[in-house]
Formats: sequence, structure tokens, C-alpha cells
Amino acid sequence: MSQKPLLKFNDNGIFCPKGDFYIDPWRPVKKALITHAHADHARFGSDHYLATKGSKAIMRYRLGDNIKLETVEYNEILSINGVKVSFHPAGHITGSAQIRVEYKGEVWLVTGDYKLADDGVAEAFEPVKCNTMITECTFGLPVFNWPDQDSVFDEINQWWQSNAREGKASLLMAYSLGKAQRIFRHINREIGPVYTHGAIFNSNEILQPQTNFDLSSQRITSETKKAELKNALIIAPPSAINSSWSKKLKPYSLGIASGWMALRGARRRRAADRGFILSDHADWKELNETIQLSQPENIITTHGYTDIFTKWLNDQGYNAVQEKTLYTGEMVDEKEDGGEK
Amino acid sequence: MRYFTHLFLTIDQTNSTLKKIEALVRFLDEAPDCDKLWAVALLAGKRPKRSVRTNQLREWAAELAGIPLWLFEDSYHVVGDLAETIASVLPADDSGSDRSLADWMAFLKNLKDKPDEDKKAAINEAWLSISKHERFVFNKLLTGGFRMGVSQKLMVRALSKHLNEDENMVAHRLMGNWKPEETSFQKLLVEKDAEEDLSKPYPFYLAYQLDKEAEKLGNTADWSAEYKWDGIRGQLIQREGTVHLWSRGEELITERFPEFTDENSGIHQSQHDFVLDGEILPFRDGEPLPFQVLQTRIGRKKVGKKTLEKAPVILMAYDLLELNGEDLRQTPFSERRAKLEKLVKELNSPVIQLSELIEFNSWKKLQKLQENSREVKAEGIMLKQKKSPYLVGRKKGDWWKWKVDPLLIDGVMIYAMRGHGRRANLYSDYTFAVWKGNELIPFTKAYSGLTDKEMREVDRFVKHNTIERFGPVRSVQPEMVFEIAFEGIARSSRHKSGVALRFPRINRIRYDKKPAEANKLGDLEDLIEMIEG
Repeated sequence: MSQKPLLKFNDNGIFCPKGDFYIDPWRPVKKALITHAHADHARFGSDHYLATKGSKAIMRYRLGDNIKLETVEYNEILSINGVKVSFHPAGHITGSAQIRVEYKGEVWLVTGDYKLADDGVAEAFEPVKCNTMITECTFGLPVFNWPDQDSVFDEINQWWQSNAREGKASLLMAYSLGKAQRIFRHINREIGPVYTHGAIFNSNEILQPQTNFDLSSQRITSETKKAELKNALIIAPPSAINSSWSKKLKPYSLGIASGWMALRGARRRRAADRGFILSDHADWKELNETIQLSQPENIITTHGYTDIFTKWLNDQGYNAVQEKTLYTGEMVDEKEDGGEK
Repeated sequence: MRYFTHLFLTIDQTNSTLKKIEALVRFLDEAPDCDKLWAVALLAGKRPKRSVRTNQLREWAAELAGIPLWLFEDSYHVVGDLAETIASVLPADDSGSDRSLADWMAFLKNLKDKPDEDKKAAINEAWLSISKHERFVFNKLLTGGFRMGVSQKLMVRALSKHLNEDENMVAHRLMGNWKPEETSFQKLLVEKDAEEDLSKPYPFYLAYQLDKEAEKLGNTADWSAEYKWDGIRGQLIQREGTVHLWSRGEELITERFPEFTDENSGIHQSQHDFVLDGEILPFRDGEPLPFQVLQTRIGRKKVGKKTLEKAPVILMAYDLLELNGEDLRQTPFSERRAKLEKLVKELNSPVIQLSELIEFNSWKKLQKLQENSREVKAEGIMLKQKKSPYLVGRKKGDWWKWKVDPLLIDGVMIYAMRGHGRRANLYSDYTFAVWKGNELIPFTKAYSGLTDKEMREVDRFVKHNTIERFGPVRSVQPEMVFEIAFEGIARSSRHKSGVALRFPRINRIRYDKKPAEANKLGDLEDLIEMIEG
């Protein structure tokens, strides 16, 4: 690494001293570049935000209409105080980006969250070459190998169909931003009506104008009758597991769509009827493939199984270290720590 | 193995008893007989012995997956299950092989005496020939750790549906020492005139903990009471001069307790054939010894003279299930009891004692005795309806166990370990300490008693208050106080604290207590004094 690192970690987040900006800060700062609109990366209170066009609607909805937000296209090169900055598709959710920072020929890359497989919703991942890579590793263990998404959606559709035949609702837990829309893209609507929790209904309304498939659904309200739900698919955020909200929907079969469902223990612990292995993060193979494509000399891991993954990278001949951040990666429900801290 | 893997997945994916039975019946209706027999055997806990060391499996799997062993080990600590870790790190292959379960079981048996190189080649080939799910089931069989969320009761219900037979009949046929290699599904469960096995025990009748005021049980005259002894439940069978002893886990343990086949036991010489139900109890000079004494004999196949002297056992008999070939289970308890008393007297064996009835005419008086059970080295009182038949399995109503309240000690958590199975990747197993001066001395581990929500809270505390890491174990700041409940306590030279607890578990988290307010080692010693008198 050069004498003065281009990006460094401080109490507020990832800071670029030369450009005087932060990337995904966890405290309010003057200028914040945002990889994607999930709450652990796009936080409230900064003076100026810079993000992709695709992130705009959700960021305004979540952080307030009055935030000062400037948007860029993918691959568009900006100069901030002499530092070259560009955003590149990360394949994580709609509008998600890896942020590339260049100064005097030295390139740093902040991946944010990402996945390589094209899910048909997020702009497909593009590798970016760099000298130093700051990467997530939420699923940085060799036991995480995602099945093909088509086979997972076949399973989801079959599960829904068989519940509908038994006259009971299919309650599927998925993140309201990203995974929920991915599910809408691939379900078979001929099976029955689709209902949503308010959080997902609202996100869908915001995203519909920039989405080229149908995100419509009926919102669960106090007026929703049980009879309407007997062949329905209901999509809700993971925080609704075992809530008073979900109790009113009985009888239902409970499904959870998450990368953590690859672990039998995680699924059984939540007493879910079905676990579907579906993640918007890179699995083991994808993490390693991304690093090979980016060809960094130095790697900094931020969240996930950082200690194990960092050791593995050092074994592979990279110069890798880990940094503490407040990013959480994927969680099965919002009250639980996902990986190691 | 497809049918069986499918059955496993279906059962693994549901919490509903009805769905589990449905899946079992469907499996029994569809699968070939040889697979059905093996499935029944596996579900009944008849597992083949491990034919490969797990260390070898770790090495081979890591090598085949192209990862270093340390990475495999670290992954295993997160997954919390060896079979699953192996199944997950190997390259995906969903081809699925067509070999039957019986075929795979024969494969495992053949492995046993092969040289390591051959074992490795065979297992590597097997791993790559089956899907991830089949691989998981295969590994469970390979490591001897196969378990499925199906109780004996559920399996009996499914078999009785499939065979259209009475449940009690099915349960009885499943008892005993049959081996899947030596019988067939037909022979075991269908053929009626199968030769009667002299060793065959009856399914045990198990009681629930009393869940209401004793007064609510009605007239005391309808009930019979005796102490609940703290040993291991056993069935002693004497038929035609051969003696067999069974544990509640349906394990034949005759060899481990030679007291009952000894020349002086007076058992095999008896005029009568009989089946006794009772408690195998460490016992000397007319009174029971602490359970810890018996622990030195559990799991030990060959017992020497010294052990027999140090930890002598008797059968504390409390029921008679069969006398001279006649099944007595449908006759009322009071009648069985009268026959039992007569038989025990006639036997006059030094290793069979009668569990005496407690005379009582009011529930209040009985409660006094119950509360003081520890004074007679018992763990409570058993209540049995006088007219009750001997049922199969755990049933409510006729029999109740009325256990004495547990002993309680407040300890500070000092270590936490990641759990296994459904607690994988969660710090769920804790070590607790009490004070000795300014030092915290570990005195017990406990794994159960917390709700899932509480366990997640403790997990978060552990992750944020780690001092040091040792593989899957972390030492943590001594800040959280827990109330530990346990059934008994005895001195032990094997533990640093000098005490060993019986059945410790977490009663509650003491958020209201500071670490300094936890108990002292001296308090544990006082408990021992109190109990041993």
C-alpha cells in the first residue's frame, strides 16, 4: 500500500481524504457516496448524497424528500476534488453499485454488497479492476454455494401450489427491497392472488415506474378476509415472523427466502416450514471469482466471516486485512446478528 | 436411497406431527421392503457402528473440495454439523444414484475392515455419485450420527396405519434385539407365528410430570404412591432360566450388570418366569447411593471386581408385566402389585428389592413427604391409579411423577460455545462459575432452558463481550448471572470445583443480579452437606 491510503476507515465510515468524501458512512457527514439503498449502507443525516439513478426513488422515500441527492449513470466518470469517481453495477439490488475511486493512477474499489448471478432485476454485475479492493464477505465460507435460481423459484412455485391446493396461505419472508421484487419477477401468478405486507407494498409502488415487470399486489389490511388468502402468496419482511401481524393470517405455511437457509440449523431454529436458498449476496465461488476478476494486490474485508475469509485470502497470496464496520449484510430477521462481528 | 432421502427431507421440513405420519406412511407404502426394514431400524436407533474415523472424513472432504483443513474446520464450527459441512463443501452434483438404502448399508458394513486407502477411494466415489441431500443422509449414516425428528410413538403410529394393525402390537414387535441384517420386514412385523424371542421386552409405560395440584387427583383411596428412585429404568426378564436386562433406551445391558446373572442372585434358578419393571439403583447397606455412583458403570461393558464393590446395584422393582407366560399389562395395577409383592418375597434375591408403597390418607401429608424426598435419597414421588393398566409409551392420566423442586444456584457465565443442530452458529452452550474468594471457579455447563429469543440475546452478548477465542469456544466478560437448576449434587474429584451436578439446566437469566451477587463455592458445599446429612 502507498504511504497515504486513498481510502481509510474512521469512526464515521470509509473516508477519502484527498476527495473529502465518504462512502456508505454510518454517521452523518458532509458528502456521502452511496453504493445502494439498503438501510445499513444509506443512512440518514448527511448533507449531500451521491448515488446511481436507480437508487434515487428508494433513497428519497427512505431518507426523506428533502435530502440533497445528486445522481449519476453507471460508468460515468466524475471528478471530486481531483479524485476520479465512478459507479459500476454490483448486481445486488436495483441501482446497486460498486464505487471506483482513482487518484494518480491508483485505483480503489468499494464493492458494497454484490452478487455475480444475473437475477433479472438488478443491473447485472460488471467486474472492475483495481489495486485495492474493499469487499464484503457475508457468505465467505466454502459451505455457501447457491443453487441455480430457476430451481429455487420452481420450488417456491411448487410450494405455493401445494399449499393453495390444501386451502392455506403461503407466507414468504423476504427483504422488502431487492428480494421481494426478485420474487415478483419469477413467481407464477396463475396459482393465486399475491398479497403483501405494507413495507413491501410501498417499496413496490416506489419501484414500479422504473421496473419492466408487474409489481402489483393487494396490501394486507384489517379488512382483508381470511377466505381471500386460502390460495394466496403473501410476501412480508423477515421482521414479521411470529408477529401479531402474521398471526392473523393463519392458517399458513411459513417459508423463508435467504442465503442462511443453506444452513439446516438456521432453518430449524426458526421453525420455518420451508427454507429457500435465495440470496442477493455472492456465495463462496462468486466471492473468489470476483477477486480474481478485479485482480487487486490488497484486499480489505468489511462484513461477514471476515476473520476466516481474510485468512483464506492471505493463504492464497493476497495481502488481506479486515476492518470493523457497521454493515450487517444479510440477516434472517432484523433482531439477529447475521455473521460474526 | 431416493425414497429415504425424500422421507428425510419431508420430515425435516415440517413441524406437524400429522404431516410426519403422512410422509412415513407414504414411504412405507412406496419403498421396497428391504429399505423399509432399514428405515424402521434406523428410526428405532439401530445405527451401524462407525466404520471410518471422523478425522479421516474431514481430511478427505477438505482435499476433495480443494480447501485447506483449517478452513474446513472453521466452516464446521459455523455449520455445527459434520455431515452437513461435508455435504456442502463438495462440488454440487444432482445426478442422484439409484442405489437402495439397504445397498448403502451393506456398502458401509463392507468398509469396516478395508485398508484406509480403499476406504478413501470408495467414499470419495460415493460422495461424488450422489446429490447434496443424499450426501447429507449418507454422511449421517457413515458417522453413526443418524437421527430423525420421529419419535418411536410416531413410527409405531405410521406402521400401524400401513400394516392396518393395532399400535400396541406393533410397538411390542419392534422391541428387543433384532438386527436388520438378520431379519426381514415381513418376519419382524407381519408374520404372526414368528418364534417367540425369550429376551423380548415390553414397551415401557412412561409418566408425565404432575401438572396440577395433587388434590385435583380426587380420592386418595384410588391412588397408590411410592418414592421415585434416581437410577436407570430397566426391565428384568427371566424366561426358562435365561435372564435379560433391558434399559429404557431398549438396550440390552445384561452384561454390564452381572449382579443379575450371578449364581447368588437367585433369579435364573426361579420356578417362575417373569418380567419385572423397576429402577436399576446403586445401593448399599439398605439405602440408595447417589446417581453419580451409577454413572461409573453406565457405558462400561466389562465390569471388574473393584467396580462391583464400589458401585453395587439392585433392581428396585415396582411392577410385574408378565408372570409364567401370562401378559398382565391389562390387569389393574393393584392386582399386579399384589402378585409382585408375592413374587419378590419368594425370590428372596439380594439384588431385587420391592419399592415400598407409601401409606397416606391426605394429599397434604403426602406433599410433606414429597417435599422431603431427598432425605430418603429419592427424587420425588410416583403416583399410580390403583385400577390402571400398564400402557405403552408416555400417556397422561393414570400415572404421574411428582418430582421434588430442583436445587438452585446463581452462577456467572464465563465461557460460551457454538451449538450444534438447530443451534448451529449460535452461542448456546455455556460454562458457569461461582466465587471462591476473588476467583471465579467453573462448576457446571448447561445447554438448555432458554427460549430462542433469550438465546439470541445471550448470543449477541457473547459476540460483543468476547475476551479470547479458542476455536468454537469464547471466554466472555463475567457479567451475566444465570440461575442454574439441578436435581442432585455430589463431590467429584474430576472437576476443578470438586462438585458434580445432576441434570443441570438454566432456570432463568438473573438480569437483576450483578456478578458479585452470584453464589459462592461454599454454598455448593453446604448443599452437599445438607443432602448427605
